[in-house]
Amino acid sequence: MIEVRDLVVERGRRRVLHGISCVVPAGSVTGLLGPSGSGKTTLIRAVVGVQIVKSGSVTVLGQPAGSAALRRSVGYVTQAPSVYADLSVRENARYFASLYGLGAAAADQAVADVGLKDASGQLVGNLSGGQRSRASLACALIGQPQLLVLDEPTVGQDPVLRAELWGRFHALAAAGTTLLVSSHVMDEAGRCDRLLLIRDGLLIGDDTPAAIRAAAGTDDLEEAFLRLIRSQGQEVAA
Amino acid sequence: MIALATTARILRQLRHDRRTVALLLVVPALLLTLLYFMYQDTPPAFDRIALIMLGIFPFTIMFLVTSIAMLRERTSGTLERLLTTPLRKTDLLFGYGLAFSLAAVVQGAVATGVAYWLLGLDTSAGAGLILLIAVVDAVLGVAIGLLCSAFARTEFQAVQFLPVVVVPQILLCGLFVPREQMAGWLQAISDVLPLTYAVDALGSAGATMWRDVTIVAGAAVVALILAAATLRRRTP
Repeated sequence: MIEVRDLVVERGRRRVLHGISCVVPAGSVTGLLGPSGSGKTTLIRAVVGVQIVKSGSVTVLGQPAGSAALRRSVGYVTQAPSVYADLSVRENARYFASLYGLGAAAADQAVADVGLKDASGQLVGNLSGGQRSRASLACALIGQPQLLVLDEPTVGQDPVLRAELWGRFHALAAAGTTLLVSSHVMDEAGRCDRLLLIRDGLLIGDDTPAAIRAAAGTDDLEEAFLRLIRSQGQEVAA
Repeated sequence: MIALATTARILRQLRHDRRTVALLLVVPALLLTLLYFMYQDTPPAFDRIALIMLGIFPFTIMFLVTSIAMLRERTSGTLERLLTTPLRKTDLLFGYGLAFSLAAVVQGAVATGVAYWLLGLDTSAGAGLILLIAVVDAVLGVAIGLLCSAFARTEFQAVQFLPVVVVPQILLCGLFVPREQMAGWLQAISDVLPLTYAVDALGSAGATMWRDVTIVAGAAVVALILAAATLRRRTP
């Protein structure tokens, strides 16, 4: 589905990604986890093809990331909710629907799917942060993309809604959609089918949550992440 | 189709911002009224200056509105997102161009109506032609605004393009000093500034007028093409 090979990205004079290679399998929820500033957003931008890369390659659905053919099959939700604050939720959704040649029905369905049916007439600028990011998510669901790339979609959501959103992600994956979801909250890691752990622009873990727990010898993923970082430090020292 | 949907979306955004709509419609007419009282004792001077202002106002206002609107699209992340969808760069630019041109038609109609019927503006060309030229001037402002927004990272910077890009054109367009009386090198600069032809068109008639309008429209198309070239899908 997504194949990243030796990806190196520099932003300004700083190297943000130091040769990352990984594969994201189709029809699964892959979590991209790491502290803020670790390079999550840069990797995501490279996958959707808006990031200038220094070297290496990113292939999505067999095509180079960002190719024109992929623009119908990849849905992207940026970290800051990228919807128009001076339009209502419904108007936003209908505009994004029109970009995919879809009508009002598809737009309204996506708004209902993220639980914003009752707020659909409100201006996005008047919504709470959590509602705003759900409005942004709705706009990405409309085209029913084969790949959904979500940059921290659950920030600021209440626990019930967060659980609902994860339920929706898994339902989408079960229906064949591939999801790449970034998060800096470790308790969300356990909800993913696979994990990519990233720190300082290096991939330090790429496996299922169970395998990562087993390898680190702890049930706590936060602790497992810590042990992975420490063991890497030792390798470098040795 | 996507371009038209984009136009509709931008007009909807405008509609939700009632204060901006009111300012767009009322301010040029108010400024013309101010001119009327300034030149109450010399009606020919009012006729000359008000006519030129009917071209300068839409150009300046649409430049400012468009460059800020496009900049907001960049800073809010919606541009980055749009460029990952099937939308083409020309859809976006055409959408903006059409939306603000339509706004300019309404704005121009109010300003021209006030100038001719309330303030008794007297010109050789009819009000309809003057409105057409005013709208073409507005389209030029939109196109240059879209281009300039590519070079600004913040609203502060975008606003600074007004004194850099617009004011020199106003100074050299023949409003303050007739172009024939300018030094040769100033005339040469004036010759390559599109607003010169926009103002020229308002004062001339027949073939010269259509030539000027064509030059202004051509400059707008060139600015739009350059704007498309500066719109990058991939950024650092």
